[in-house]
Amino acid sequence: MAIRSFFVPFLLLVLWFYSSLSPVLSLYEDQVGLMDWHQQYIGKVKQAVFSTQKTGRRRVIVSTEENVIASLDLRHGEIFWRHLLGSNDVIDGIDIGLGKYVITLSSGGSILRSWNLPDGQMVWESFLQGPKHSKSLLLLPKHEIDCINVVQTNLKIEKDNVIVVFSNDRLHAVSCIDGEVLWKKDFETESFETQQVIQPPGSDLIYVVGFAASSQFEMYQINARNGELLKHESAIFSSGFLRELSLVSSETVVALDSTGSILLTISFQNGEISFQQTPISNIVEDSSGPAVIIPSSVPGIFAIKINSVTIFIRVIGKGKLEVVEKLNQETAVSNALPISESQQAFALVQHAGSEIHLVAKLAHDWDANLLKESIKMDQQRGIPHKVFINNYIRTDRSHGFRLLIVMEDHSLLLLQQGAIVWSREDGLASIIDVTASELPVERDGVSVAKVEHNLFEWLKGHMLKLKGTLMLASPEDVAAIQSMRLKSSEKSKMARDHNGFRKLLIVLTRAGKLFALHTGDGHIVWSHLLHKSEACQSPVGLNLYQWQVPHHHALDENPSVLVISRCGPSSDAPGVLSFVDTYTGKELNSLSLDHAVVQVIPLPHTDSTEQRLHLLIDSDKHAHLYPKTSEALGIFKREFSNIYWYSVEDHNSIIKGHALKCKCTGEVADEFCFDARDLWSVVFPSESEKITATVTRKLNEMVHTQAKVMADQDVMYKYISRNLLFVATVAPKGSGEIGSVTPEESWLVAYLIDIVTGRILYRVTHHGAQGPVHAVFSENWVVYHFFNLRAHRYEMSVIEIYDQSRADNKDVWKLVLGKHNLTSRISLFSRPEVITKSQSYFFTHSVKAIAVTSTAKGITSKQLLIGTIGDQVLALDKRFLDPRRSVNPTQAEKEEGIIPLTDSLPIIPQSYVTHALRVEGLRGIITVPAKLESTTLVFAHGVDLFFTQLAPSRTYDSLTEDFSYALLLITIVALVAAIFVTWRLSERKELQDKWR
Amino acid sequence: MKSVKVVVPFLLTLTLSLSLFSFSFPSFGFQSDELLVDDEEFSLEGSPQHRSPEPVLTRSPPVTRKRHSDLDSSDSKIQFSLDHAFGDSDFSPAGTFSARLKTWSHGGQTLTKLRFSRNSFSNEDKEKFKNLLKSDDFYRIRLPSNVLSPPGRDFVISSVKARCLPREGLDEHFVIHMEGVNVLAVNYGSPGSCPYPRNLKFPAKWSFNSHTVLKNSEQAPRAPVFTEEILGGENAESEVVQPPERSFWAKYWMYLIPLGLIIMNAVTQAMNMPEEQASGQAPAQGQPSAGAVQRGPSSAARRR
Repeated sequence: MAIRSFFVPFLLLVLWFYSSLSPVLSLYEDQVGLMDWHQQYIGKVKQAVFSTQKTGRRRVIVSTEENVIASLDLRHGEIFWRHLLGSNDVIDGIDIGLGKYVITLSSGGSILRSWNLPDGQMVWESFLQGPKHSKSLLLLPKHEIDCINVVQTNLKIEKDNVIVVFSNDRLHAVSCIDGEVLWKKDFETESFETQQVIQPPGSDLIYVVGFAASSQFEMYQINARNGELLKHESAIFSSGFLRELSLVSSETVVALDSTGSILLTISFQNGEISFQQTPISNIVEDSSGPAVIIPSSVPGIFAIKINSVTIFIRVIGKGKLEVVEKLNQETAVSNALPISESQQAFALVQHAGSEIHLVAKLAHDWDANLLKESIKMDQQRGIPHKVFINNYIRTDRSHGFRLLIVMEDHSLLLLQQGAIVWSREDGLASIIDVTASELPVERDGVSVAKVEHNLFEWLKGHMLKLKGTLMLASPEDVAAIQSMRLKSSEKSKMARDHNGFRKLLIVLTRAGKLFALHTGDGHIVWSHLLHKSEACQSPVGLNLYQWQVPHHHALDENPSVLVISRCGPSSDAPGVLSFVDTYTGKELNSLSLDHAVVQVIPLPHTDSTEQRLHLLIDSDKHAHLYPKTSEALGIFKREFSNIYWYSVEDHNSIIKGHALKCKCTGEVADEFCFDARDLWSVVFPSESEKITATVTRKLNEMVHTQAKVMADQDVMYKYISRNLLFVATVAPKGSGEIGSVTPEESWLVAYLIDIVTGRILYRVTHHGAQGPVHAVFSENWVVYHFFNLRAHRYEMSVIEIYDQSRADNKDVWKLVLGKHNLTSRISLFSRPEVITKSQSYFFTHSVKAIAVTSTAKGITSKQLLIGTIGDQVLALDKRFLDPRRSVNPTQAEKEEGIIPLTDSLPIIPQSYVTHALRVEGLRGIITVPAKLESTTLVFAHGVDLFFTQLAPSRTYDSLTEDFSYALLLITIVALVAAIFVTWRLSERKELQDKWR
Repeated sequence: MKSVKVVVPFLLTLTLSLSLFSFSFPSFGFQSDELLVDDEEFSLEGSPQHRSPEPVLTRSPPVTRKRHSDLDSSDSKIQFSLDHAFGDSDFSPAGTFSARLKTWSHGGQTLTKLRFSRNSFSNEDKEKFKNLLKSDDFYRIRLPSNVLSPPGRDFVISSVKARCLPREGLDEHFVIHMEGVNVLAVNYGSPGSCPYPRNLKFPAKWSFNSHTVLKNSEQAPRAPVFTEEILGGENAESEVVQPPERSFWAKYWMYLIPLGLIIMNAVTQAMNMPEEQASGQAPAQGQPSAGAVQRGPSSAARRR
């Protein structure tokens, strides 16, 4: 009895404690989608296979560069199902087998999988091993109709449902039904490089053709039934080959010689190899420069590209070549599509200014066009990269064609009957950088009537809401109210709101396209493909910086962002700067630089038009100042001696600190270019340490107070220097996969380095720990995540750093008399007096990304946002990662909010900010403060996008959405009524009293 | 019989204290700030007693013992040089560090007994340094990154604004971060503070007071490991033990307060009862008279 009576209050206390401890982050079911949105993408399509069976829904199966296989609805472009394979499981080929299985070959040809076409369930998986790595080819016999018959009658199994896979230098025949390897065949020849695996229709032969030793053409003829080698022929061509083949018929291929000037028609009919040489200059008059074969598989025709001209050449008879067309525009060619017994069609897409021209032709008849259309295309989509063709039977029994095209910005479009049926912005699956921008201030003259469509709708809506509050609404009404809440035009308005919830997310994708996404509902406000200039044909987008954020005196200017891109793949290629207006998406200016951009340092200074000064470091360690104005130079000169930066040389594990020296001493006088000098260096011993992660604080982070009051009324001062760098190094042996080393030979060292002086403020070794290390740095603490090999668990460590030089400012009299050093300027050249506290906790998940919430003033407590391996975002209160947690906190410590020590960090299911959704392929989490202090905006991106608002300490500064205004109103009305009633009553009473 | 009775409580207390001890043990494990490597500080002879506030941390006993056991391996003396540069000039020798290299039986090598001898400034150097002071420029130093085969992979550089150094003489402070025989980094600066508006001040005498600290990496505190049985079993037991410590009031206040309220309520009611009776009877008696008094005039008025 006594125990129970003790336990009840104890439990209550615990409950109360926990409810006060973890602010309830979870949503109610009807709140999903109110403040968050989720978008699903697939990435740039590599290969597409149409499935247009008579029965079932029309769909297209695609594989993408993000390693997604997806089944898309051909009518609307929606995703039926989708699978994201891992980043090391690159898809090599897809096809449809037996009309109901999607066959994928991935991981460099070593994994073959079969998926059920209607629902995407995996049917079987086979591992194909081979002696060495090679090109992977997937071949399915194209007898789908027969295939189905085979299954139905279940008669002969050998031939028609066999998948032929060439991978890892071995030819495999795999059963389409259960993934069993029926036979396999190795090729003995050393250095044999397979280019094509060909199965002539209706025959039992498989041809494997390729090159050996750069000048030898090899052909193997193999029996498709049992893998028996029937014939092996080889022929030597003295001047060598370029490694590309174009298949023009089942027994003829076309190759180029190593100089790219002679076309070789190689036929291997009946196992006899014969070459036919044709110099390109013979058939093309004004050809200059080497040619490249465009891979295609159109019978009788192949395409080569000389400079930017695409030339189509037909093979007539025995190695005779004839140019059929020369196209100057950017052109994409589809593979051949059999439309009847003897006819094969293919499609061409040409880019011409604001239009694209589609042509579908028969393979054997170049002059007749099956289809010729022009479609207006958004310029921002760039040129077509890929085209896939599919046919259908029109209502008048003629052939119709639909084309799936992949554009330069990675978008996917379906074209049919001269119109765009649907389009998908799949460039958004590969975001490389994100920044936020404000929306324009609301202009006068936008009235309610414009927002709400008409008065009747408006009235109806309010009637529904009223019904809802009075609990009179039927289930249909509730659904209507819910959809109204979700589609509230208020949240997708194109103007700034009072709380700062509405913003533009400017994202840069790998395709070099900028998108502005509205935070309200995620719709694309504008998009802009990075401008191509003569100087730079293929800019590669790198980073995004806020260039101009007008406030105060420059409010009439539009904000703009700076896009840094590089002209070409190598790291010392010259850079390109583009300035883009964030309201309109117009490119304001574009600069082609004559130097590379290795590092960009946004300086904490702006000029009179609020343009931020940026320092660009090139590969020769010169610093270039932008914008190149004399005003900026003036500001810069004043701060000249206070600018320091660091560079990390990953490959040889050296960190160096730099400062500015003087003007560039080049041949051309450039007053915006400065030489740098090395101030300090940290050289990690290469045999024991290797840099794996470097993290700094966010530049725009706000810290509300430096002082931290302890439980015993003591004050500690946070060491909040913006110049701290967290570096994690691991043992070079331990930088591989987890489990590849023993705990004894693996360790992790964490450093806190001051980047002005190069001082190592803290250094700690975790023995038996292994990367990958994910870290986040905020205020005066850093949290990092790694694997503990001894405990076989993931661990998260926290380091907090406190300033001791201010610790003696505790005397009240000193503060009153002003004898404190709290306002004195700090010089990092002083010897730092810091103390650090650290603690480690176990954590269940492995982590893909870590971020921390950031709010406008930094008052609200912080939460860590952890991108888990399950592609969800978990919010973990920073208080769980407090180094001062102890097993039995005192009452005072409990009041301060210190949680009793546990060995592992709790994962509360309700604290997943992504609730039921998954952000497939999660890569990054970005937090943006809203204007409202309690709220932070969270954007997670990967293949999918997810956005939500978070309030780490609950919305203490605003009323929640479900606040009952009606109740408040009723209370006020009741009170007013009561006042009147009591007043009347008291009047009457008084009157009566007076009459007495 | 009697002895048994005595033994049982004794055993109980024993198990109790044992379990308490084992309960508090995990906290021991993670709180230990044990530093497996030593920080040693040496000042130059004759330097003023300006000892740096850097704590000279002692080794934790078990480790020390272990070290001593396999200590007598081999010691050898090594030297490595310190170079300095004024502003962007080239580096020139400025002093030598000498230390004893200890080779442990398990193969590791560490430096101990570090000594530093600084070359005094030549007149030319003094002029250069004065120029640095005037232009508020950097005084740079460097060390080899490997003391056995200098310079190792690269030199380890550190620099400080020259105006931070002059006090009486020239005060300098080295923190050398070591990893075996490798020098990771050297932190160079004044031993005290260097407030920001750096004033131009020439040193009275051109001799260096050098302080040197050798630092090795700390061990990370281990994540606390709670064995679940211990925690669970312990909690249950300690909670059984705890109740007697709490006072009666602390345990039953939530029952006592309503009870008290009820009692007080009852008492006031009981107090009111006689009063009411008293007052209730009094008005019962008095009222007719009052009514009579009141009615008196009205009836009189009516009568008028």
